[in-house]
Amino acid sequence: MKYLDEYRDARIARALAAEIKRRSSRPWVLMEICGGQTHTLMRYGIDELLGDSVELVHGPGCPVCVTPLEIIDRAINLARRPEVTLVSYGDMLRVPGSDTDLFHVKAEGGDVRIVYSPTDAVNLARTLPDRNVVFFAIGFETTAPAHAMAVLQAERLGLKNFSLLVSHVLVPPAIRSLLGSPKNRVQGFIAPGHVCTVVGCRDYEDLVREFRVPMVVGGFEPIDLLEAIRMLVIQLEEGRVELENQYVRSVQYEGNRPAQMAVGRVFQAADRKWRGIGPISDSGLYLKPDYAAFDAERIFDLADICAQEPPECISAEVLLGHKKPTDCTAFGTRCTPEKPLGAPMVSSEGACAAYYQYKRHLVTL
Amino acid sequence: MPPTTNTNATSLHSDSVSTGEPKDLTAFSCPVPLVPRERILLGHGSGGKLSAELLKDVFLPSLGNPVLDRLEDQAIVSLNGVRLAVTTDSFVVKPLFFRGGDIGSLAVHGTINDLAVGGAIPLWLSAAFILEEGLSFETLKRVVASMHEAASSAGVQIITGDTKVVERGSADGLFINTTGIGRVRDGVSLSASQAQPGDAILVSGFLGDHGIAILAEREGLQFETQVQSDSAALHALVARLLEATHEVRCLRDPTRGGLSSTLNEIALSSRVGMALDETSVPVREEVRGACEMLGLDPLYVANEGKLVAIVASSAAQAALRALQSHPLGKDAAIIGRVTADHPRMVVLRTPLGTTRIVDMLAGDQLPRIC
Amino acid sequence: MCLAIPGKVAGIAEKDGIRTGRVLFGGIARQACLDFVPEAKEGDYVLVHVGFAITVIDRDEAERTYALLESMGVLAEELAPDGVAPAES
Repeated sequence: MKYLDEYRDARIARALAAEIKRRSSRPWVLMEICGGQTHTLMRYGIDELLGDSVELVHGPGCPVCVTPLEIIDRAINLARRPEVTLVSYGDMLRVPGSDTDLFHVKAEGGDVRIVYSPTDAVNLARTLPDRNVVFFAIGFETTAPAHAMAVLQAERLGLKNFSLLVSHVLVPPAIRSLLGSPKNRVQGFIAPGHVCTVVGCRDYEDLVREFRVPMVVGGFEPIDLLEAIRMLVIQLEEGRVELENQYVRSVQYEGNRPAQMAVGRVFQAADRKWRGIGPISDSGLYLKPDYAAFDAERIFDLADICAQEPPECISAEVLLGHKKPTDCTAFGTRCTPEKPLGAPMVSSEGACAAYYQYKRHLVTL
Repeated sequence: MPPTTNTNATSLHSDSVSTGEPKDLTAFSCPVPLVPRERILLGHGSGGKLSAELLKDVFLPSLGNPVLDRLEDQAIVSLNGVRLAVTTDSFVVKPLFFRGGDIGSLAVHGTINDLAVGGAIPLWLSAAFILEEGLSFETLKRVVASMHEAASSAGVQIITGDTKVVERGSADGLFINTTGIGRVRDGVSLSASQAQPGDAILVSGFLGDHGIAILAEREGLQFETQVQSDSAALHALVARLLEATHEVRCLRDPTRGGLSSTLNEIALSSRVGMALDETSVPVREEVRGACEMLGLDPLYVANEGKLVAIVASSAAQAALRALQSHPLGKDAAIIGRVTADHPRMVVLRTPLGTTRIVDMLAGDQLPRIC
Repeated sequence: MCLAIPGKVAGIAEKDGIRTGRVLFGGIARQACLDFVPEAKEGDYVLVHVGFAITVIDRDEAERTYALLESMGVLAEELAPDGVAPAES
């Protein structure tokens, strides 16, 4: 597959790894923000390739992991209502709420359906006029344009039975929160390449300037990540502090204007609570009042549903890079993918799940 | 169900949530009540860890006996010196008709294959139908005709059956349960507990065809593809293999849960490790494309016409040639070795030369956007 | 986050008032909304996320940067043909 296979080339990967080892004078602490990048690093054993030359720490780039507990509980509440068809991406089905998850609700008879695209959810609403179709709209900035288009299309079609349960989070405020913490150890960032494809690079340039930490916008294949790591190491070794773009085949400085405009039309930013981390100001997207007719939080009575995190889950520490999944006393024992205590163990690219699935053989449990 | 309310939050954790500054949680070790499992989930049928749990916690404690406890794809019993293989299976696939097959042909092929991987010549099948009220005669006739076609092509007879009808909404149209009986070939003894360090691991062809063919037609995920289910009766391919070498340790047909489930089961049963080479695993371009799009790993996608063979290393080339000489095995490949390292774990060498575990999944693999 | 993969635009049509492309991913095809990439034409490669194209792959940039990577790979192999890194100096 073009633009995928060539970025998995073993020979180039080895060359990049050798170059990183050669240039790195100490184990720089680097963080990738995006869960998809974590997945690649684990799946291809990039940490093994790099040995001790850098220390890779995984960031809160998993919207599944950081979706607040009460939103999951609200989705569950909706899915249990006989007149509601809850439509979701596959990622959310197994994330634990306060006492159950959407998979269990489906087993109990709830109408829960998986789709690949929000367009499929809109089409479901058209074909099921007697059902209240609620689409569980999670994601970062990458997915917001698609959700905006779904709302605009539903409006154009005059659908009265379609709404979104929104849990969108924005990356820069989270990075700001992370970098502002006295516990922060991260010295260089791999910025999320698909988020930047949509929003462009300006926000990340601002962060570099504000916090004096180098960043490289990275792609999602092993070669992309190795190249981004190489660029970061060289910056750190040379004492430069810049925003560089590794993912040039996809990311332009301005990002995607039509996509940004769609988001701007439908969504607005406000404070949002991140699961396991807490509230981060201006870090969430919400539907504008003009689109109240498509906002499940306004249509359905959900305000009473609040929630409490299980104390043993240290997802906060893991999501912010202060601890590794293997530092958690419950990792692999009380907390496993079948019986997760927190979201990073469920999401396919949550750090804990990635460690459990791919790297367990290197850890004595 | 009344919503939970968060009124007097005084725990250490919620304090840290309200200030946004996570506290040090390493000293905290209060055990949390886990979600009690009271109900069957779809994941219990996917051939992964939940299925294994169901066996361990529910079925074996009540029904266990020396034959059942072996947990092979078929049971082998002796009657007057003749070894018989017996297997049972249920088919609940949706949609009923898909590219490359239907629930009827799947039922026949799947049952034959469970017998074949036990080294048995399949002889007779039973077929019990559970029909949903309102199912069209046309649909039923198509399914039955397909079963007849599959059975006669395979030289197997459907000798007894049953029919039940359930209320509308209970059966997705149609379910089929089968029992298969075969005669185990003389001198053949295959088992998941026989894999030894050094043995070669072979697959008979491209992986993931069936699962992707089914997904392509599923509402909410539809995409265009030429990929067809690989549903096929494998007994002739097995015969070809067993004629070429006596050193086959184990045969399996990797269905739900994909190659990963099957290899993990064998690794557990034989208490060995497995080392796979990712670049050797045959996957069609279209299956790869679909997996990339949906975020799936082909190692976990279902097959219905493939063999996994564990053979002694000295027999590996002969086994490979035997498989490749048959139309159903022309894309066969050696994909790894059994090892004494990391017992009970299947480890994969990535195209970059690094390693990762191929774990057994908890339930079904779900498409993802992240 | 953000599983997006590159695919080739094989045909463009208007569906329900939305500019839609038939995009090929290694032999399978799926419809994707092209409203965010009005400049996309048949034969272009687009990056698709949840059924929406979010950018057109910049072929020239891709070729330029890949050529550099390739030469790095070739050079490394010439220096250490068995994949063994040269001794650290």
